[in-house]
Amino acid sequence: MRIILTGGIILEGNRNLSGAESFDQSEYAIEMLNITKRFPGIVANDNITLRLKKGEIHALLGENGAGKSTLMSVLFGLYQPEEGIIKKNGREVRISDPNDANALGIGMVHQHFKLVEIFSVLDNIILGVEPNKAGFLKKNEARERVVALSKKYGLRIDPDAKIADITVGMQQRTEILKMLYRDNEILIFDEPTAVLTPQEIDELMQIMRNLAAEGKSILFISHKLNEILAVADSCTVLRKGKCVGTVNIKDTSKEELSRMMVGRDVEFVVAKKESVPGDVIFRAENISVASKVHSGLAVKNVSFQVRAGEIVCIAGIDGNGQTELVYGITGLEPLQSGKLYMAGRDKNGKDIPLSEITHLPIRKRSRLGMSHIPEDRHKHGLVLDYSLEYNFILQTYFDRRFTSPAGFLKSKAIREYADDLIEQYDVRSGQGAVTPTRSMSGGNQQKAIIAREVDRRPKLLVAVQPARGLDVGAIEGVHRRLIEQRDAGHAVLLISLELEEVMNLSDRILVMYEGEIVGEPDPKTTTVQELGLYMAGAKRDKNGEE
Amino acid sequence: MESNKTKRTNLFKRLLAMPGFRSFISALACILIGLLIGYIVLLIINPEQAGNGISTILKNFMTRNSEKLRMKSFGNTLVKTAPLILCSLSILFAYKAGLFNIGAAGQYVLGAGASLYCALALNMPWYVCLLAAVLAGALLGAISGAFKAYLNVNEVISCIMLNWISLYAVNSVLKDLCPIGYKDTFTLASRNPSAILPKLGLDGLFGNTSVTIAIPIAIIIAVYIWVILAKTKFGYEIKATGYNRNAAKYCGMREKQNIILTMVIAGALAGLASALLFLSDFSQWDINQSSIPAMGFNGIAASFLGGLHPIGAIFSSYFIQHITDGGASLDTRFYPVQIADLISAIIIYLCGFVLFIKLKMLKASGSIPQKRPDMSADIKPASENKKGGER
Repeated sequence: MRIILTGGIILEGNRNLSGAESFDQSEYAIEMLNITKRFPGIVANDNITLRLKKGEIHALLGENGAGKSTLMSVLFGLYQPEEGIIKKNGREVRISDPNDANALGIGMVHQHFKLVEIFSVLDNIILGVEPNKAGFLKKNEARERVVALSKKYGLRIDPDAKIADITVGMQQRTEILKMLYRDNEILIFDEPTAVLTPQEIDELMQIMRNLAAEGKSILFISHKLNEILAVADSCTVLRKGKCVGTVNIKDTSKEELSRMMVGRDVEFVVAKKESVPGDVIFRAENISVASKVHSGLAVKNVSFQVRAGEIVCIAGIDGNGQTELVYGITGLEPLQSGKLYMAGRDKNGKDIPLSEITHLPIRKRSRLGMSHIPEDRHKHGLVLDYSLEYNFILQTYFDRRFTSPAGFLKSKAIREYADDLIEQYDVRSGQGAVTPTRSMSGGNQQKAIIAREVDRRPKLLVAVQPARGLDVGAIEGVHRRLIEQRDAGHAVLLISLELEEVMNLSDRILVMYEGEIVGEPDPKTTTVQELGLYMAGAKRDKNGEE
Repeated sequence: MESNKTKRTNLFKRLLAMPGFRSFISALACILIGLLIGYIVLLIINPEQAGNGISTILKNFMTRNSEKLRMKSFGNTLVKTAPLILCSLSILFAYKAGLFNIGAAGQYVLGAGASLYCALALNMPWYVCLLAAVLAGALLGAISGAFKAYLNVNEVISCIMLNWISLYAVNSVLKDLCPIGYKDTFTLASRNPSAILPKLGLDGLFGNTSVTIAIPIAIIIAVYIWVILAKTKFGYEIKATGYNRNAAKYCGMREKQNIILTMVIAGALAGLASALLFLSDFSQWDINQSSIPAMGFNGIAASFLGGLHPIGAIFSSYFIQHITDGGASLDTRFYPVQIADLISAIIIYLCGFVLFIKLKMLKASGSIPQKRPDMSADIKPASENKKGGER
């Protein structure tokens, strides 16, 4: 039994119960003891102790900005802690840069993969450690090793496929193989499931178990409680830079973990009333959109409508045309065919009845009252090198509120608006309105986008994976916002890959498969299993929607 | 860019956290390192005169014997500073939109051609010549901008090619406008004095007939560019497009038009630069020249040394011109003629490291952004790439 007290003091009970191997002098692969790392105005890690046993899967749980990334950066030698020591196999080590970390056998799968898109899987795996003879590559040798490793751990890959052509899941397996190829003993997974489909998540969980069974020690950074409960052996929880404690997964529950992480009880299902749909706000008629990856159509002849006061959710596995559908609706990409209609409002806030918007530019759609929480917050959602306040006005900077008739920005009005949004939407950052957006945590960046888009009181809110990368506390907040929008009589089009989110929020569900809408299961009666069948293309309604 | 309210607490770290301060210190560091290396070169060539040499470079016009000569020499430096300021503004303006306007050199050349042609062949007054230069530069910028916006042709490639096209086009257009047997074009004073920029008494002040309103024009435009970039909606759009073209598109900015417009303005600035020099009647166009005038390229160094800030560009441009002229007055008994260019080239070369030093300071201040790899992407060592071949 191990009992943990707040502040990171570990009282050790009976060690043997946890089944420690003792072929080395220590049962821990890595120990980070009393780590403290300060930044101007903030203590990112305050006396944190994290001990990773050999052959275990150890989860690191915490809200956005709780200090997980900082702690991992310390482990990787990207930051030097002010206090505390790191031990490997019981011996104190100094890690002053990522090369040291590599030499110690520490490897990491980053949330955003570090792969060369135009290289093959094999080339990516051996990149930097290419076996060679007098400068000539010995690729066959490398291939044999990679294939052997992939068989051993059940990592399905095609060594000759180009990264650009393979699924995200396979890209991630490539990243894992990169670590294994380098004989890394300590594997860090930084929110590995954020980009995966449910099936791929299951597969990853199995891979992680295989790795642990083969003696690798795994640090699993996540804020998805279900996954931690499913795969981890123990879990260290951080909150606001402090270590709340380490628990055995066997002895804990989802509720306890979330309470430790957020510091209060969390509702997993946001309560909502029956929807009262009104007029049609948005209608797509037989729209087709070209694919970003291949020469064909990504969206094929799709029709649906969204009414005021309802949340329509497009569910489906990533890559079935959702991205392109959103591009077509918001105007980022032209339609190949079909028509779009929207009921918006004019400059004076007066309602405009349903009218065609097929050829309207993005700005006009936005001014009609279409808000867009984009899928990729770094690509589309934010100008990372702008301050937070400048990002808040990204969609409204030309407004008379923020720009004088002569074309000058009204800095005072912008600051006031930013301060207002920061408070209303609880966007946390180091220096408030003037914080460089790049330096903010991913979750708070997302909150900033949501604040910006929701604050415009959109007639139609197109929200693509709005809770992506957020922790449970923040997800609850986002879901509440969406329901508020709905209850205020606005239309919400939600595109989500998370089944749980789909089930909790939707008033209507449309399932997309290979660019078509294949079904509209009733959210009240459908099950995750049924949705899964639709999403995998194994089931479809006779003529799609309506 | 943003205003900073400093408090007295922990002054140094606070200073380091200010972009302006970082720019200033890193520029200073580059200058000092450059001077040091320059000094070492002087030491190698002629140890006894090295001290004198470096002080000659730094003092520039201060080494002249009389007050009158000093003012005149100072005036000459200022005359060449004005176009450099504009070239550096051209580069930094495009840079803010994420474009690298290496074509400033070509736009400068075409501007020179247009203004001199209007002045010498068409006998136009100065303001028409000025306008012609601006339009010529803008046109050239528009070409590169349109290629970039609509066909995604890298602006560096299209600009470099346009540089050479401009040079030979201008050489051939101006070839009949030279006195017989000479390779330089007519002086404006001899052919068309109305094309010379007004002097507003500045020539008297400096005792130098080449000092015209070019200098105040350059400074006013620098301030104007600063206001546009920092305070206006247009500047907001330009910078957003530069930082993240996708986000600009996402929020409905016409990012293609913005790219073209940016290049048009950058081109106009570079075109104006040459007009300010040639319409001062300070120097004439050499129709036999087979290398692109260095002014446009020096603008790259000046803009980086000035921390990519329009006001910084005024000072950095002056400094670069100052040491270049100072180098030119080195004693040729002890040093080869080329040494002047060598020393200033070393210093200019080091200007490319301004961003590198800035990044180091950002790290030292402890407020390093979380996404480390992206920060280093800001450092584009393009100025170094260029300098090697072109000077």
